[in-house]
Amino acid sequence: MARHRTAAAASSVDTDAPRRARQRRTPSDLVFRGMSRTAGLIVLAIMLVVGVFLAVRATPALDLMGWRFLTAQTWDPGGGVFGVAGVLTGTVLIAAVAICVSVPLATGAALYIAEYAPRRVAPALVNLVDLMAAVPSVVYGIWGFFLLQPHLLVAGDAGEGLPRWLTTYFGWIPLFKVDGYDPRDPMANATALTSSTFIAGVIVAMMVTPIIASVMREVFAQAPVGEREGAYALGATKWGMIRTVVLPFGRGGMIGGTMLGLGRALGETIGVYLILSVVFVVQPHILQNGGGSISALIALRYGDSTPIGIAALMAAGLVLFAMTLLVNVIAGIVISRSRSGAASEA
Amino acid sequence: MSVGVERIAESRPAVAATGAEQRTTVPVRPTDPGHEAPRAIVTARRTDIFALLGAAVAAVCLTSLLFTRFLPFDGVLGFVACAYLLFLGLYAALVGLDESGPAVRDRLAAVFVHTLAIAMLVALVVVVVFTFWRGRDALAMGNFYWQDMRDAGPLQPLSIGGIRHAIGGTLEQIAIALAVTVPLGLVCAVFLSEVPGPLSRVVRVVVEAMTALPSIVAGLFVYATVILTLGLPKSGFAAGLAISVMMLPIVIRAADVVLRLVPGTLREASLALGASQWRTVWHVVLPTARSGITTAIILGTARGVGETSPVLLTAGFTAITNLNPGEGPQVSLPLFVFDAVRRPDPAMIARGFGAAAVLMALVLLLFVLARLAGGRPVGQLSRGQRRRRAAASRRDARRFAAAARERAARRARQDSGQIRPDPEVDHV
Repeated sequence: MARHRTAAAASSVDTDAPRRARQRRTPSDLVFRGMSRTAGLIVLAIMLVVGVFLAVRATPALDLMGWRFLTAQTWDPGGGVFGVAGVLTGTVLIAAVAICVSVPLATGAALYIAEYAPRRVAPALVNLVDLMAAVPSVVYGIWGFFLLQPHLLVAGDAGEGLPRWLTTYFGWIPLFKVDGYDPRDPMANATALTSSTFIAGVIVAMMVTPIIASVMREVFAQAPVGEREGAYALGATKWGMIRTVVLPFGRGGMIGGTMLGLGRALGETIGVYLILSVVFVVQPHILQNGGGSISALIALRYGDSTPIGIAALMAAGLVLFAMTLLVNVIAGIVISRSRSGAASEA
Repeated sequence: MSVGVERIAESRPAVAATGAEQRTTVPVRPTDPGHEAPRAIVTARRTDIFALLGAAVAAVCLTSLLFTRFLPFDGVLGFVACAYLLFLGLYAALVGLDESGPAVRDRLAAVFVHTLAIAMLVALVVVVVFTFWRGRDALAMGNFYWQDMRDAGPLQPLSIGGIRHAIGGTLEQIAIALAVTVPLGLVCAVFLSEVPGPLSRVVRVVVEAMTALPSIVAGLFVYATVILTLGLPKSGFAAGLAISVMMLPIVIRAADVVLRLVPGTLREASLALGASQWRTVWHVVLPTARSGITTAIILGTARGVGETSPVLLTAGFTAITNLNPGEGPQVSLPLFVFDAVRRPDPAMIARGFGAAAVLMALVLLLFVLARLAGGRPVGQLSRGQRRRRAAASRRDARRFAAAARERAARRARQDSGQIRPDPEVDHV
């Protein structure tokens, strides 16, 4: 009987609830938590102030122009007409060129380091890629300005190089058309081909390639050994294994890394500013002299001392920030949702 | 495994013979299960190398023939592109002579991937070598490092004038930025990983968002607040602040990633030993993540040192050495490069390249430091660290032993003084 009752009692409390632990923190802990929380709040405040301040200071310009700020193709804050349509298009075009150049390069380099490189060399190569990401952008800028443009892409008076070839044979595509330059005219001046969106994009590509490559390499290296061996066991060649295991596994990381690179490419200033002559109209011909970039616009016009001029620049900066933020957030979501990227740092 | 099987086979007759004495036999398991290591599958045969070399030679010869005799082509880039395409085609044909379709595709893909990797390596080497090469004239001059541009007009030769002002400015600005970002960034990273809650989630989201902030917008922010609104002059301090705004999210994020890699078991062990949270962070979490945190800071510094655009908006420009960050314009290395290479005269351009080379050397130095300090996963110690830990551990052991001896001696004294037949009773 007694035994029976115990069993019943036991079953009534069979969820063995943990007792409520009351945490008594020591004074040093309270100080520590308070201080770290304060630091967190300070950082939060700084970051919010940056965002809010940009928005507030941009308000007069946005009030004045409204949605026309995104469509106007001129920059005359003194005259009360300004808009980012031209430079926004230019920014996107430069970033697009940069991504088109850098993604194949980065994929190749990442695949080489993760799959082909001898095991002893791979860590050194990883370091090299990281070093390439740490090279200051102004160094890439002067490299592009003094070597890439005059000696490789638009070489000599005749402007030998890829841009001339593209516009000669693919000039019928509007993107590759160059106004005022006839490639079949031997006297044609090659300056029409310099300082173009394309060249700026190639320089930006050099800056973002290592960023993309390091994310991709990390993801490729995580491809499970079992699946690789399975592919080999089914008779796949190395490339067959990469195509069927590594690349599908790393797809999320590849997309995410590309988006991260795109975010950097959109905000790049100095390399673009050194090369490009900024124009404010929409310039869809990427091989032609002149282009636009929001960051170059800010670097060019920050000396504008009128309040509306500064407000207009703030608004442009806000548009740029919104764009990079959107791209980075999507990149973060893609990377963390993918099968491979959840554990990667990017 | 085979060892185990043999052992069982051996022991069977013994079981049969001795009956109850030996009932069970534990098979010997291999002690090391062996970690999964991929097989090495690369086997380079002689024919492969011949095919590669033959295709390369044939491609170069054919292209030079085409370029010089048949086709109206010119240009270095065109030659390389043409030769490469021919090389791919010829190589595929050569391999196709004695391999099947998938193998040919495999070889082509391998060649292609190697090419892309080499292209990237060449690009990096060209960027570095080109900078040092164009700056060699300026770098060879001793005065380049010890003078500023006070007496050097645009047409002066390289023997007058240097970048002392830019080097000093860069060091001061990065020091200001580090003074802001390192304490604030590290404490904030500790907050994110050690004091989880709704607030830290919000802070983490905002910090991750701010890593997207373009550096020019950071510069524009400081320009609009510090210089236009507060009315301070353009100065090294403002530039340092602009670099801080740009570096802060980068450092916080990198340090947060490292801190999150510290194994939870270490924290729990420390807490279970009775340490407070503060002591756990200070004595367990931070030392464990030290190399990673150092790397995070140094790489953030390398980013900050090389940034031009925030400095362009906030520091002003000067030709004289100004070591007072509080007032007056101050120039930094990237800004000097940016200004010098846009001048028309060759001497200034050479100075610009020299300054870029010095900047590269600084970044390289920081990078090597970062790799020496860290690059090692969380919890793995360098040899020196291991030695120091072992020495500390021995010291502790001696201290404990000495304390134990002391206690024993005291107890002996107490025993001899008072009549206590069995001191162990207390403990039982």
